[in-house]
Amino acid sequence: MSLARNIFRNRLNARKLRPGDFIKLEVDVILSNDITTPLAIDAYNSSGIGVMKGRSKAVIVADHFTPNKDIASARQVKKVRDFAREKSIRFYEAGCGIEHALLPEEGLVLPQDIIIGADSHTVTYGALGAFAAGVGSTDVAAAWASGEAWFKVPESVKVVLKGSLRPFVSGKDIILYLISRIGTDGALYKGLEFCGESMEELSMDSRFTMANMVIECGAKYGIMDADRKVIDYVEERATRPYSPHPEGYSIESDTEFEEVMEIDSSSIEPQVAFPSSPANCRGVSSIEEVRVDQVVLGSCTNGRWEDYEKAARLLEGRKAAKGVRFIVIPSTARLYREMIDGGLMKVFAGAGAIISPPTCGPCLGGHMGILAEGEKALATTNRNFVGRMGDKESQVYLANPEVAAATAVKGYIASPEEL
Amino acid sequence: MSAEELKIKGKVFRFGDNVDTDQIIPARYLDTSDPAELARHCMQGVDGEFASNVRPGDIIIAGRNFGCGSSREHAPLSIKGAGVGAVVAESFARIFFRNAINIGLPIIEVSGFDSKTGQEVLIEPSKGKITNITTGGTGSFTQFPAFLSEMINAGGLMESVKRDLSERRDL
Repeated sequence: MSLARNIFRNRLNARKLRPGDFIKLEVDVILSNDITTPLAIDAYNSSGIGVMKGRSKAVIVADHFTPNKDIASARQVKKVRDFAREKSIRFYEAGCGIEHALLPEEGLVLPQDIIIGADSHTVTYGALGAFAAGVGSTDVAAAWASGEAWFKVPESVKVVLKGSLRPFVSGKDIILYLISRIGTDGALYKGLEFCGESMEELSMDSRFTMANMVIECGAKYGIMDADRKVIDYVEERATRPYSPHPEGYSIESDTEFEEVMEIDSSSIEPQVAFPSSPANCRGVSSIEEVRVDQVVLGSCTNGRWEDYEKAARLLEGRKAAKGVRFIVIPSTARLYREMIDGGLMKVFAGAGAIISPPTCGPCLGGHMGILAEGEKALATTNRNFVGRMGDKESQVYLANPEVAAATAVKGYIASPEEL
Repeated sequence: MSAEELKIKGKVFRFGDNVDTDQIIPARYLDTSDPAELARHCMQGVDGEFASNVRPGDIIIAGRNFGCGSSREHAPLSIKGAGVGAVVAESFARIFFRNAINIGLPIIEVSGFDSKTGQEVLIEPSKGKITNITTGGTGSFTQFPAFLSEMINAGGLMESVKRDLSERRDL
């Protein structure tokens, strides 16, 4: 009956749930950031509700327009910081990290959790076997008050990944391929549950990338079994007790899905999403020369150790092409230190990279790498909508970190095999 | 006003499929929570003239997957702030959908309804009927499930939570 419905059922002590049922669930984490929290504060304050039953579940991260990009965002972050302090809510200051890289690292999100976040990429935590869904600011305010959120039980799609991955293929390529196959509304109002033999080969970092981008095909959530890899990941970080799975359950053996989709992972080469849709993908080998002005490595999508490590391996002893602004964004303060200790920063600096503090920055066209009219960027981020990284007439291409490294070196969109 | 009496009538602004929240309100304007300020930039990423042309009660009609992308509640808030009477689409992205319900922006899912920018449309929620006054064409839609109607009738999510908490004597 799907992993998500199992999690709901355990939480509600209900016997059976059907798609379309409306339910209220107690949540484990209520996330918001410097952009979405101000609206939640307004909704909470103007409601006249005094209680805050969800206080201990609340987490606020200042990561979008931070370090403060101008006076208006400084005011906004200050409003959020002051509120967090007044209400004793867990608050991560500018520079701590990008929310969806930070929360798993901090051990705040765990298997079987029910997580809401006023940020569409909250779905990332599905990689840990949690039900995690993006919501709005008023949902966050309501959950602060009641400790609960409302949901419509979605239909679930079992996504079976078969076969071995090709060289230079990672989670980014699998999820881009899936999005291009079903379209940007292909999983609208539905949940995606991943299983199959390719999961063995997909690292935690790759799985976070896949779960992160399920929103780009409209999905409510994307979840994976909390297998050995997940347990190893959370074991050393968990801040609360947790249990990996409903007893005896696996997505693979579950036969009660509304839909089943099979993907042959071995047929997928590194993907590049062309402007202006994440569903507009082509295999990297079929791309004619597309020159770029900027390459961005980082974000909540591809901002984990393996992402930087793979890119650095290709960049060692090489330089970014003339005329390319190569921006590397370590996604958390801890990763920043690890990248120094592990020698990665030396490689990036040697390649002529601009190394940014942790921030969402250019991904959403905030700051730290905005594009002018007519400029093109290749980014390891999640969206290439019209005007996403700057001017309406600028363009964004999405790809994995190794394609980004090759593109930075060549100055045009390139396969890692060309290096 | 009860649901029975509510009618929405206005001029159409027509948009296509996959209008994302970056087009509805580009991220550079997310440094404010003021609906009036957000309204000044409403739909700027897809139609730079919208904010100056829209009049209270006007109706946005779009294709599939309206409001996809970011969770920013600023998107429905900017539309509401601009005085838009309702958003009609073939389908809505789910976070936009719940945000609209939560803040009380009327939204309606209708397939195959023919309309063009500038035409006049009447929506009668209690009848589940939408009429293109200019052409005479009509469309129909189903009522929201009881759970959502109750939330809308309570005045949005915060009011409904407030009522629940006070019924449980948590307030």
